[in-house]
Amino acid sequence: MDFGLSQDQEMLCDAISRTLADTCPLDHVRECAEGSVPFSDNVRSALGEIGIWGMMVPEQHDGLGMTMLDAAVVAEQLGYAVAPVPFIGAHVLAPLALAQGGSEELKAHWLPRIAKGEAQIAVAIAETVEIRDRAGVDFDGAKLDGTALFALDFLEADAFLVADTAGRMHSVAGDAAGLEKVALKTIDRTRSVGELRFSGVAGEALADDGGATVRRLRDAGRVLLAADSLGAGQAMIEKAVDYAGQREQFGRVIGSFQAVKHMCAEMAARHEPCRSLVWYAAHAFDATPDEASLVACHAKSHTGEVHRFVARTSTEVHGGMGFTDLLGLHFWFKRIGFDRQVLGGPEAVRAEAAALQGWTQVA
Amino acid sequence: MDLDYGPQYDVFREEVRQFLQTHGHRAPDGQGRAARPSPEAVEWQQLLILHGYTARTIPKEYGGYGAEPDILKSRIIAEEFSRAGIPAGLANQGISMLVPTLLELGTEAQKRQWIEPTLNGEIVWCQGYSEPGAGSDLAALKTSARVENGDFVINGQKIWTSTAKQADMIFCLVRTEPDAPKHGSISYLIFSMDTPGIEVRPLKTMTGHAEFNETFFTDVRVPLDQIVGQRGQGWYVANATLGHERGMLGDPDALENRLQALVRLMQKERIGQGCAMDNAVLRDRLVALQAEVAAMKFNGMRILSNSLRGDAGGMAKLVVKLQSCELAHQISALAIDAMGEMGILYHGSEREREDGAWQWNYMFQLGLIIGGGTAQIQKNIIAERGLEMPREPKFATPPAAEQATAVASGQNKGAA
Repeated sequence: MDFGLSQDQEMLCDAISRTLADTCPLDHVRECAEGSVPFSDNVRSALGEIGIWGMMVPEQHDGLGMTMLDAAVVAEQLGYAVAPVPFIGAHVLAPLALAQGGSEELKAHWLPRIAKGEAQIAVAIAETVEIRDRAGVDFDGAKLDGTALFALDFLEADAFLVADTAGRMHSVAGDAAGLEKVALKTIDRTRSVGELRFSGVAGEALADDGGATVRRLRDAGRVLLAADSLGAGQAMIEKAVDYAGQREQFGRVIGSFQAVKHMCAEMAARHEPCRSLVWYAAHAFDATPDEASLVACHAKSHTGEVHRFVARTSTEVHGGMGFTDLLGLHFWFKRIGFDRQVLGGPEAVRAEAAALQGWTQVA
Repeated sequence: MDLDYGPQYDVFREEVRQFLQTHGHRAPDGQGRAARPSPEAVEWQQLLILHGYTARTIPKEYGGYGAEPDILKSRIIAEEFSRAGIPAGLANQGISMLVPTLLELGTEAQKRQWIEPTLNGEIVWCQGYSEPGAGSDLAALKTSARVENGDFVINGQKIWTSTAKQADMIFCLVRTEPDAPKHGSISYLIFSMDTPGIEVRPLKTMTGHAEFNETFFTDVRVPLDQIVGQRGQGWYVANATLGHERGMLGDPDALENRLQALVRLMQKERIGQGCAMDNAVLRDRLVALQAEVAAMKFNGMRILSNSLRGDAGGMAKLVVKLQSCELAHQISALAIDAMGEMGILYHGSEREREDGAWQWNYMFQLGLIIGGGTAQIQKNIIAERGLEMPREPKFATPPAAEQATAVASGQNKGAA
């Protein structure tokens, strides 16, 4: 019995945290966020040396075939550093989708490239959670028509994996005829999402498995968004505690006032159990698939709520400075905001959790 | 991440299940809030000790089962009893707080005299810590014990003494060294509740029941050897047991059981043609609480793993009391909301649901948020010990103010 990270996972965590501390200081994040494409080449190549781009690629395709808990460890560190690199879409959901439902040719073509960090595939499954603005992609047996919103790791993607309205995944080349790509600008300038407009686009359909692959992608995405939020929340708590220990008013550091101290304690008290919930949800993804969807929902919705509280409370502890651009605290605030909404805000995710337990008729 | 307990533990779990299947019917029907265990509860307790399912690690010579400490086996016992819905032996302040204290700090004679009858439910204890003027600032307690002709002579008042009416004995903090500093002048005494000079008055709470008492001491004479630890060490003796109380309040199985009860209520409680569960807003709140209960459950598993490794619980443990008590309160709050107008029924009314248990819980759990270290004290602990934030600066009391306090307390004593 050992509930927690293994020694290997602790080492992975340390390695990534050190690499990000070296290559991804706030100034660099700011620089990336102000550019037209947020992704940092420096951070990408440094993380590539640790091998994380192929961590979820199966070993027979030159990857490391690691677990979702390993990926959660990485996602947490990326959130902690607000790292401007593609990860959840291009390096977790894409290899999962291809490995689960891709043809041998498709796997052989893309997976080794993903593992080397040479290919980036964006993943669009937002409409399998909720349809907004009448989006949705129809597949008539040959061609794709319609719109997919919020493709993850969008800019500079070489190809796209997109879910149709029946819940089947399709692989589409980045330069496919009839495909229009529109970047969406979000609060979070450290990540990239976009819209795909299909008019009679020819793609390659992945296995028709009754939505099983999409379900797995949704679970994985939610666990990793929760893990990212966990890291960003941890950073915001640490920053609040540091700031409160230095800033003086009324002749005392403000961290000695109970009003401020209790704000920090409330953040920590609500945040700390999230860590165990995220770890368990990531573990369940591989170990107990029957409950994986439900605990992924819990992890996603609960961290969404807790870290919204952490994001605003940490900002308040920083007072006026927290509200400025100078301190850069808003990068974490926005990262948490992104993590909360993408693949379903808390209410949508909880509705799904209720349906999974037979508490509602509507799925 | 390895959630398997291992094959030797599977065998043990099977033993516990077998026991519950064979003997479960002998368990007393819910002990309710009775402080004095029924004959059936005492018999059940003795059977559990015999099989090592309670008092498991307490040495045989003191009436326990005498097993080596094994956190996983203890955990399995708790899990299986909880799953079967069978009470896992007596849970009272004597067993949860006094016995561990005596084991750690009592004399050999004290251990032999008190532990076995306490475990067997023959002796019921109450706790004399809080006072009207010493709650969060417990060390400010004023109940005094002066030494006179080989006895301590106790005067003062305690509050929140649950089970004082039924108790045979009390473990009590008193000030024995008036000239020593605040924390170094307290002693931990144990004495009979039949001692002349003790008066117990029920303290009725907002629930309408008197779950607590006030206990008054007037020239109560206690022999000098009825002390645990040395004179002036009572603060440190008591702190050993406060840790046990905090552990007791944060039981993740209890939260899961409450949540399951809430799910059943929401499926059963009719609203129009449907049930409370069909209401999207109520259902959303339910799932939000379910996620939080899950987080606390896994947080508990993490604490368990940490202690297997010999690590202190760290932040994961510091947050348990604050979060669990709040969560329990929120579960009851949702149950009341799911009942709508029915949620106000109480006092054995017509149409009352589940004997008013949800309303009682809702109110009593507010008491638990306040008791055993208030939520605000918990936040201080989390901030100062967990986050290493600066402590509250201590202001020196000006001499004039100190004098005024002394005069005021003297007057109060005269009036009483």
